[in-house]
Amino acid sequence: MTKKLLLTALIGLGALFAVACGSKPTATITIDGSSTVFPITEAVAEEFQKANKGIRVTVGISGTGGGFKKFCNKETDISDASRPIRKAEQEKCAASGVEYIELPVAYDGLAVMVNPQNDWASSMTVAELKKLWAPEAQGKITKWSQIRAGWPDKDIHLYGAGADSGTYDYFTEAIVGKEHSSRGDFTASEDDNVLVQGISSDKYALGFFGLAYFEENKDKLKLVAIDDEKADNGRGPILPSLETVINGTYQPLSRPLFIYVRKDALEKKPEVRAFVDFYLKHATTLSRQVGYIPLPAAAYTLGEKRVANMVTGTVFSGSKVGVSVEELLRKK
Amino acid sequence: MKQQESHRSDFFFTPLDGKIEKAFRAIMALAVILPFLILIVLLVDTFVDGYPRLGWNFLTSFPSRFASSAGILSPLVGSIILMGLTALFAVPLGIGAAVYLEEYAPKNAITTFIELNIANLAGVPSIIYGLLGLGLFVRFMQMGRSLLAGAATLSLMALPMIIMAAREAIRTVPNDLREAAYALGADRWVTIRKVVLPLSLPGILTGIILSLARAIGETAPIITIGALTYVAFLPDSVTSSFTALPVQIFNWISRPQTDFHVNAAAGIIVLLVIMLAMNSIAIFLRFKLQRKIQ
Repeated sequence: MTKKLLLTALIGLGALFAVACGSKPTATITIDGSSTVFPITEAVAEEFQKANKGIRVTVGISGTGGGFKKFCNKETDISDASRPIRKAEQEKCAASGVEYIELPVAYDGLAVMVNPQNDWASSMTVAELKKLWAPEAQGKITKWSQIRAGWPDKDIHLYGAGADSGTYDYFTEAIVGKEHSSRGDFTASEDDNVLVQGISSDKYALGFFGLAYFEENKDKLKLVAIDDEKADNGRGPILPSLETVINGTYQPLSRPLFIYVRKDALEKKPEVRAFVDFYLKHATTLSRQVGYIPLPAAAYTLGEKRVANMVTGTVFSGSKVGVSVEELLRKK
Repeated sequence: MKQQESHRSDFFFTPLDGKIEKAFRAIMALAVILPFLILIVLLVDTFVDGYPRLGWNFLTSFPSRFASSAGILSPLVGSIILMGLTALFAVPLGIGAAVYLEEYAPKNAITTFIELNIANLAGVPSIIYGLLGLGLFVRFMQMGRSLLAGAATLSLMALPMIIMAAREAIRTVPNDLREAAYALGADRWVTIRKVVLPLSLPGILTGIILSLARAIGETAPIITIGALTYVAFLPDSVTSSFTALPVQIFNWISRPQTDFHVNAAAGIIVLLVIMLAMNSIAIFLRFKLQRKIQ
C-alpha cells in the first residue's frame, strides 16, 4: 500500500518533469517595474496576447527603481516607470551598454485627500503643502492651525506613499522641491488601500496617493483642490479630474507614466517592436479602462516617431515639473 | 522523580489553590477561544467576500484587467508545479539528511554543529531564503526567474523542517528493533530500509506535507526571486517564468477597485482549500500507516 502510493507519487512527479522539459522556446517579452504603471501594461499585455497568439508577455512588479536595476542588467526588455530614469540609473545602464527609448504612456494625478468630515480644508496652496511636508516640518508643524489661521487647533495626522515608490519621489519633488526629501513622521504604506482606510476613519487626517484610488472610494474621502499660485495654468485652486489633468491646469501634481524600451530588444526581437507599437496605439482606451488618464493623441504619435527613428536617451529626466509631455517629446 | 513531584504538589494543596486553579483554567480556556474566534471571524469574512466569485470560470481563466473575468489559472498551476518540484528536491534530501544524522553520523563536535545549524535555519525568516535564492539560483547559477529557481528556493526553506520532523520520527523507532534486525544478519542499510524507514514513515510524511503546505503559502521568497505578477500562459518547462497564488492575491488586494478585492478573497479561499486538503492528507496517512504498524 505504502510502496504503491510512493511509487505513484514518484511516477506522477516524473511525468510532470518530462512534460515540463519537452518543449520549444517561444517568443517572450519580459517587462518589470512600477506598480503604478502595472495595470496599464497588464491591460496592453492581455489584449496583445489575444491578438498575437503564441507570443508571451510577462509583467512583474518590483517598483520603478527595482525595475531599472533589472532593465540595466539586461534581464528585461521593457521597464515600467512612474518617474523618469535617474542620473545614477542612466549611468548604470550606460555602463552595461543598455540604450533605451523613453515613452510616456499615460498621466496619473496625485490627489491630496482628507476625511469627508473635514469641512475646513477644501483647498490648499503648494506653499502650504510644502510647509507641511518639508523635512523641517518634522515635529514642528503638528496642528491644522499652523498651516492656515482659522483652521482647527487639532493635531494633523499625515498619510503618504512609502519612500520606495515613484509616487513618493514625485510628490516630494513637486511639493518640497527636492526628490526623496520630506518629513519622516507620517504613516507610510506601499498599499494605498491602507491609506484610504486610515484617512476615511480619521477626521484630522491628510494624505496623498494616486487619483485612481479616490475614484474607487469617493464616499470615504474628500479631495483637496490645489492652488499652485501661478496664473498661466489656471487661476485659483483646482480639483484633479480627467479634464484638469489633460489640459494641464491641475499642477504640479499630475505626472506622466513611462515605459522604457531597450534599443537592442527593439531591433532584434520583432515581437517587442510589435508590442510597443500596439501599446502606443491602444494606450488611450486601455489606460482609461484601468483608471488612468490618457495623454493627448499627439503625444502617442510623437512616441511612435521616436520608436521608428530609434531616438534613445531621456528628455524627461531632470525636466521641470509641469512642462507638457508634447513639448518635451518634440525636443531631440 | 515524577512521584516526588506529585507528592510535593499534594503537600502544598490548600483550599486557596482551588480558586487559582479555576482562574487559571478560565485564562487557559480564553487563550484557546480568543484566537479561535479571531480565526472564525477572518474565515467567515473571507468566505462572505469571496464566495460569489468562486466558480469553474474563476479556476480556468487567466488573470485580466477586468475583475469579473479574471481567474487564477496560471497562478494555480504555477503553485501546484512549484510544490511538486519542491517536493522532488526537498524530500529525498531531507530524508537522506535525517537518516544520516540519526543512523550514521558519529556523535562529535561537527555533527552537533550541523544539528544546531539546522535547528537555527528552521527559524530563519522566509525573505532571507528569497534573497539567498535570488543571489544563488537566479543570478549566480543563471536559472533566471524560473520555476526551477523558485522550487529550489522553497526547497531550501522547507528542508530544515523536513529534516527535523524526519529525525524526530526516526528517533521514535525503538532500538530493540534495530538490534533484532542486526541479530537476524541484516546490515545497516537493510535495517534502515526494512525496519527504520517503514516504522517512521507516518511521522516523516506528516512533516513533509506540513512543510510543503507552508511553502505553498509563502509570498516573500517567491516575490524576491522574481515571480511575475501577470502571466497569461501555462508554464511549459521548468525554466519557464511563472506566477503563484500568493503573488496574485497580493496584487489583487493592492488594487483600487473593490471588485479585485473580491477576487483576492476568492483566491484566498482556493489557497485555504489546498492547504486544508494537504493537512487532511497528512492526518489520513498518519492514521492509516500507524494502524498498519500496530
